[in-house]
Amino acid sequence: MPLSPGYKSTVLRAPLRPLHAVEQSALERSGPALGNTALGPLDHDLIRNAAQGGDALGERIYVFGQVLDENARPVPNALIEIWQANAAGRYAHVKDGYLAPLDPNFSGCGRCVSDGEGRYLFRTIKPGPYPWPNNGSDWRPAHIHLSIFGEAFAQRLVTQLYFEGDPLIPLCPIVNTIPDPAAIDRLVARLDMRNQEPFDCLAYRFDIVLRGRRQTHFETRPEGA
Amino acid sequence: MMIGKLQETPSQTAGPYVHIGTAPQSIGRPPLTGQPGPRAEAEGERIIIEGTVFDGAGAPLRDAMLEIWQADSAGRVGAEGLFARCLADFDTGRYRFETVRPGPHREGQPAHVALLIFARGINLHLHTRIHFPEERERVAADPDLRRLEPEARETLIATQEAAGHYRFDVHLQGANETVFFDI
Repeated sequence: MPLSPGYKSTVLRAPLRPLHAVEQSALERSGPALGNTALGPLDHDLIRNAAQGGDALGERIYVFGQVLDENARPVPNALIEIWQANAAGRYAHVKDGYLAPLDPNFSGCGRCVSDGEGRYLFRTIKPGPYPWPNNGSDWRPAHIHLSIFGEAFAQRLVTQLYFEGDPLIPLCPIVNTIPDPAAIDRLVARLDMRNQEPFDCLAYRFDIVLRGRRQTHFETRPEGA
Repeated sequence: MMIGKLQETPSQTAGPYVHIGTAPQSIGRPPLTGQPGPRAEAEGERIIIEGTVFDGAGAPLRDAMLEIWQADSAGRVGAEGLFARCLADFDTGRYRFETVRPGPHREGQPAHVALLIFARGINLHLHTRIHFPEERERVAADPDLRRLEPEARETLIATQEAAGHYRFDVHLQGANETVFFDI
């Protein structure tokens, strides 16, 4: 829901009028070809891509999955940008004043492009939870922010993934802006022991489903009309 | 109604630290190769679009990320479409895009620039359109916009500051709340 009083920032930032529904045009059905960006060799590896002589501290993990559309069709060549706090819950950002320490070997910035089957992979550390000023001191569950460009501008998605079993998930006012528990569940990455790197890192699977061509505003119209 | 086999991944706010992943140079870190910035390169008449996003109390959003997507000067989309990204200024909240004047991508309709807004407190990015004041009459006749009240339609039209220089302010709430689209 746009206005979610439990998440205080929405109170003055959520539009109060209904969205104006229009049919997609050729503009929204196409999108920028950012999947062709020449990435650096470590862009997907947050353990090493800001290292100053050592690996980033924390629980070493893979975050991987598949980008799909609503018809379960893989979305290849999708640019995925991520950002996250370090293992202590601190962002390497000028505006983050949380008392937890920065990690000199970690910037929390990564990106990759999905392959021909829509698959993607990051290596990173599990971010820590952190407090934030909302209803006093609320706590964010561990999360990674993701920005995804699919094939169409109408598929643009910015979201956050959470980690299976985190007791902070149901307490989070930002998570709870989503009223449907099943939809929240789609933001939870699953521990996947088969895809661990033995004696190195755990693996969490997170599939991403981008919206298809939107026709729900015209649902009274007969199929094909 | 099209029903997919899978349900879409819900959106969550970009939060206040969006710069880390989308524009690290804006927080003093090295830029990433090929990452989009606020300038779109293409042939055509160069234009500037700048403005501010205001909240319901009239305060500028200083932590917003804005993205534009538009046709090229000949009205072509797809591979010829133009994309740019700008992070609001930390002090003033101003954004500023340098691009080219788009051609119309819909036959007979006025040209526009699609604008997306991401920020803390915005759970699903907002999608609006920037139209040009030279085309006010065609905007009024645009079949996508005809159903809007004239005052609402006016929120989609930029103000000309100088030749090729436009201002487009966004109001998230209030009497002149900008029209946002469900695409």
